[in-house]
Parts: sequence; C-alpha cells; structure tokens
Amino acid sequence: MSLSGRIAIAGAWEHPTRWAPDKSDWQIMAESARGALADAGLGIGDVDALFAAGMGMGPMGVVQLAEYLDLHPSYVDGTNIGGSSFVAHVAHAGAAIHAGLCETALVLYGSTAASNAMAIGTGLGGGRDAASGFSAPFGLTTVGGYAMVAQRHMADYGTTSEQLAEIAVTMRHHASMNPDAKMRKPITVDDVLESRIISHPLHLLDCCIISDGGGALVVTSVERARDLAREPVLMLGCGEALWHTGTGAPDLLTIAARDSGERAFRMAGVARDDIDLATIYDSFTITVLATLENLGFCKPGEGGEFVGGGRIRLGGALPVNPDGGGLSSNHPGMRGIFLVIEAVRQLRGECGDRQVADAKLACVHGTGGLLGTMHSGATLVLAKG
Amino acid sequence: MKHPTPGFDWETRFYWEGCARGELWLQRCRACGTVRHRPRAICPKCLSGEIEYIRASGRGTVYTFTVTHQNQHPAFRGATPYVMAYVQLEEGPRILTNIVDCEPGEVRVGLPVVVDFGEPEGEVAVPRFRPS
Repeated sequence: MSLSGRIAIAGAWEHPTRWAPDKSDWQIMAESARGALADAGLGIGDVDALFAAGMGMGPMGVVQLAEYLDLHPSYVDGTNIGGSSFVAHVAHAGAAIHAGLCETALVLYGSTAASNAMAIGTGLGGGRDAASGFSAPFGLTTVGGYAMVAQRHMADYGTTSEQLAEIAVTMRHHASMNPDAKMRKPITVDDVLESRIISHPLHLLDCCIISDGGGALVVTSVERARDLAREPVLMLGCGEALWHTGTGAPDLLTIAARDSGERAFRMAGVARDDIDLATIYDSFTITVLATLENLGFCKPGEGGEFVGGGRIRLGGALPVNPDGGGLSSNHPGMRGIFLVIEAVRQLRGECGDRQVADAKLACVHGTGGLLGTMHSGATLVLAKG
Repeated sequence: MKHPTPGFDWETRFYWEGCARGELWLQRCRACGTVRHRPRAICPKCLSGEIEYIRASGRGTVYTFTVTHQNQHPAFRGATPYVMAYVQLEEGPRILTNIVDCEPGEVRVGLPVVVDFGEPEGEVAVPRFRPS
C-alpha cells in the first residue's frame, strides 16, 4: 500500500525566539517538543520515535538529545543532510510508521546560531582532509557556491539582479505580516541592489539572516491523528535526492530538487498547478529561483520572470514562504523544519494576515549544503486533512 | 594569496606532486574511459581501480565564477575581493579554482584561461588560472 495519504503531521510548533543567548540548543529543542506535543494533544510519554539533526550535534547528538529528554525511542534517525534534514525526517518518520516500526515521531531542531555568532554563509575555507584540498585553498564559502549558480544562470538566461532582488523583497513583505519575524521593515529592489556585495552577484540582502530558534513536529498515522487535538495535515508525497560534482562536470543549474520534486509529485498524484502555496528553502535568493525551476513550477531559465509580477507574493498564483522565510523571518543555521511548520499552519488556516486563502495543497522543499558543490534536496507534498 | 594548504593522502599525492612540478594531472579509468576530478582510487562509474594518468593541457574557459567580498576565514579576510571559479578544462572536468592576474571585473563566463601555479606555497603549489 502506498505511503501517500497514510501519514499525518499532528502537531507543529515554531519557537518564537530569534535571539536566545540564555538558552542552550537542547533547551530550545525541549521547549519546541513541549509546544508541538501540546499542539497535538499529546505528552512526551507518547513519543516512541526521535528524529533530529543540528549544527552542533556530533555523531552521538541524537543519543544526547534522548538523554536530555529522558526518551527511550524504539526508532531513531539522526540523518544530517544539511538544512533539508527535517523535511527528509518527516518522510523517514512516515516510512517507519507505515512499516509499523513506531507510532508517534518527534522531529526536533534548535540552535543558537546567532547568539553564538556563527559565520554560516561566509565562514568556510578550512580543513586539511584530502577532499577539502580541492576547495579550501580557493576560498570556497557557502554563499560563494550559490553565487556561482547565480552567475551561470545570468550568463545562460539573462537573469538579472533585479529579478533575484524581487524574491528578497517578497519575503520581507511577507515577514511584515508575521509578528515573530526577525526582519519586518519592508525593503525595495533598490535596497537589495544597494546593499553591499557579499559574493558577486549576491548582495547582503540576497542572503538569509542568521537568528536563533527552533521548532518541532509530531508525525503519526492518519488514523491516530484523527483522534488527536488538531486537524491532521496529510503527507501525499515525499522525495529526496543528493546532487554533487561527481566526476567533475557539474551542471550547476540542475539541482537535487529536480529529482526529489519529481518523486514527491509522482507519489502525490497532483499537478504543479494544483499547489496553493510553496515553502522553499531561501538560503539565498538564487536558491528560490533555482528550486522553482527544478521543481517544475516553471521551465529552466524562466525563473527570473516567474518570480516577478507578484506571482510568489501572498495573493499571487503561487505564494512562497508566507512567513518571510530565512531571508526575513528566521534562519538558525538550518531551516528545513520551519518550511514544514509554516506549510502545516497555512493548511490549517491559522495564519491571520498572512493566510493564503483557501489553502489545500502545499509543496515543501528543503535544500541542504551548497548548490554549486554538493547538496541535498527533500520535497513534501502536504494536504489539508 | 595565503590559503589553507591542501592535505595529502595516497589517493591525491600524485596530483599535488604534479602541481609542485607545474603540471596539472587528471585520472582516466582504464576500464570505462571516464575522466575524473577530484582524484580517487576507484572509478565511480564502474568501480574499477585501474587508473591511467593524463596530463591536462592546462587550458580551459570560465564556466562560472564569483567575486568574493566577504570570507570570515582568517586566511581570506585580508584577501578579498578574490575570484573563485569553475574552469571548464579541455579534457572534460570542471575544476574549482581562482582566476588571478586580472581585475575581478574582467572575468566573465566563457573567458579563455590557462593554468598558473604561481609561486609554490610551502610544500605544495595550487592550480589557479589566468586569462590566456
């Protein structure tokens, strides 16, 4: 029997903090667990599966987390494929629940990336292992990897900085309606273009913010979810993919989203046109543009035009990141969990001023790692229950 | 530019020793003919361990690039702006590198470039490229 439609997200909670120098990552995760379990109408004793990844979690991180929460899960998954991990965790939890290996999964993230002053986008370059010798001497940064994708997109298709800036402006507009968002003051295309260059052609305002924060999800079977506190959000489709430079001839404009998206949409049995909103990892403006193309919402090369004219704004044909995304709401190092949380909130219709009218179907896509070198993609198609 | 020096292991030693001689070397699988970069002991396409070494011409074109204005790594803080790029080699692979010996504003996609090992830095030389 297909996984499609059998699994539900029964609880979701985003930690409202954006600055938490007085908290540990573990505390943020525990507070998020409390929030999501209360949302679902469950307690910590109901959890029998634990899913987590983190910037500061080492190889035993999930075991440490279980100790912190005094959990003895019968199923555990510490998959860390970058910021998309939590989108993949929902799919993995669904598969495990569907296979009967566990019943109630808790997916967690928490980080004090901002108050620890982590240089996430511009801090790479070190490492003396043999593999890094092929990137570190050249000053590869996270933003630099994405900037090379943007440059090639511009060269091939004539995409402009103005078109990329439109994405940042849209996210800020959405954030202005989100009381928890870190950056709420509206900006213009000129503001983006006049902000300093970080890695040409990407400006400061083409880059996500760095915040503290965390969140949690409760995943269970549809049958069980129907007996819980909230209207379930159904997982209709899931897919994941990895992409990298392989034997050395990368096509930088083809990203993992092409494959993970195809897998998720095929499982869901819905068309791109059926989607009411998308939550897309917006580490940088180019990430959104490349993802929209690779998910099949527009053709390769059409992304620049697609994001214009209000299409990805609230009220447009495909609102993207109504919460303001990582560009304006929050980005505590890894952001995948918030993509799922916002999609759940939208499908439940609880988003107030930023609510997408009559939202029934959402596409969630997380990117982890670096477009331009190696990265992961994880896609979900979610439906109102 | 003072940069983090690459680590050696037995899979990559030939490559860095070649660089120190001012030569750019690639691997080709003897079984299936796939040319690969970065070097590794086993061909990812067919898992053969039979390796042929081919010396690259050192010529290529800029596939894409970025001018980096901010890098918090101590080795690069004082080195900005610098140009990081993928260069499309004549032999097939695209190599991550820097474009040097020109103004960042002169670099464009498609620019013909040639390898330039510059002055050896410590125990190794690193393949960068300049306009040809």
